[in-house]
Amino acid sequence: MHNELTDTEIIRRILQGEQSLFAQLVQKYQQYVFTLVMRFTDNREDAEEISQDVFVKAYRSLADFRGESKFSTWLYTVVRTSCITFLRKKKLTITSMDNERTFSQLENRESGFSANTIEQKSKYAMVTAAIQLLSPDDGQLITLFYKGEQSLEEIGRIMGLDPNTVKVKLHRARHRLKEKMEKHFSHEVQDIQGG
Amino acid sequence: MRYRIYREADRAKAINRALDHLTDQAGAPDHLTENSENWSDLYNDPKVKSMNTEQPMEDRLWDYIDGQCSPTEKSAIEELLAANLDWQQKHRELLNLQQLLSTSELEAPSMRFTKNVMEEIARYHVAPATKTYVNKNVIRGIGAFFITTILGVLAFLFSQFKWTSGAGSTGGNLSIPIDKLQLDRRLDSLNYSRFFNNTYIIVFLLIAVIAGLMMLDMYLQQKKNTPTT
Repeated sequence: MHNELTDTEIIRRILQGEQSLFAQLVQKYQQYVFTLVMRFTDNREDAEEISQDVFVKAYRSLADFRGESKFSTWLYTVVRTSCITFLRKKKLTITSMDNERTFSQLENRESGFSANTIEQKSKYAMVTAAIQLLSPDDGQLITLFYKGEQSLEEIGRIMGLDPNTVKVKLHRARHRLKEKMEKHFSHEVQDIQGG
Repeated sequence: MRYRIYREADRAKAINRALDHLTDQAGAPDHLTENSENWSDLYNDPKVKSMNTEQPMEDRLWDYIDGQCSPTEKSAIEELLAANLDWQQKHRELLNLQQLLSTSELEAPSMRFTKNVMEEIARYHVAPATKTYVNKNVIRGIGAFFITTILGVLAFLFSQFKWTSGAGSTGGNLSIPIDKLQLDRRLDSLNYSRFFNNTYIIVFLLIAVIAGLMMLDMYLQQKKNTPTT
């Protein structure tokens, strides 16, 4: 019965006092939020804490959701601000991909990753692991486009960018993803190339 | 098959890399050796050309796969796909990656996640929408205050300024000086300190401070009245 409710309908009823219905939204979007948060931090515990904070914030500001965009789009803005706030608190810096320090951080991350070498060799695990090696922005962009089912226009709106800029960024993100895959998972990449 | 991936469209890097690649080859053309000064040949070399066009090819194919290209571009790519083996290969490769990205699973939090969130939100209420507690009258009041202040200062300045000009003026205090030099001279001769030591300014500042304190009070009152969230 509840499954048939749309997000807007659920939100309307929550605002009328049916707090328990929020569980449906949490169930529906927890993986989406958790995956996006995981693009910012490797630590699952941190990711879980941030994700929980995201839903609490989303609940408290639910009245501000006007239904002009998809709920997932609105939720992403909460994810982004929560991640940035969390990282600031942790005194971590988010720098652009051009920054040399970021490169060295990523290199460290990659070497750590190689040391642990992924046990699961499935293609999906490989893609997830390769995305994890990307910068947070690249990882989020790919996740939003493929898993969040956001159009370039929607992503542009929430990131404050022109859709064409988003398109270029997406091309580059996929390109970097291929580089990471080729570097770390050459066998699986050969399978992909072979189809 | 070897993947050839290049970072940004950095021409210099691409050329250097291409040069390294070509000179490493046993059959590298003589005109592309280190001593070669004919760099334009490098651009025209088919091997370099194919390397430099790989990135646009990929971008065009992604646009095609994402359904982002125009009908003209779409038919052009379809023609290329029908005739060109390289394009077919790259298309297949990108389609596989596309499918992998689309079908890969999202990461899942712990089993207790929903329960934790629900326990957490039980302590809170939904905050009223921003637009309901941001009083538009306060914003309008601030706007009106600034406009009034600006207009007041301007009116005061204009009232202190004598608009009569020397040459060209035939009388009357309302005549506007045409001679720009005269106006400049008058502006230079203005004693600005006269205005800023004036009681008008003190009155305006006093009003501004009182209005500011009133608005701060209103803001704090509203914050106090907002239900705890």
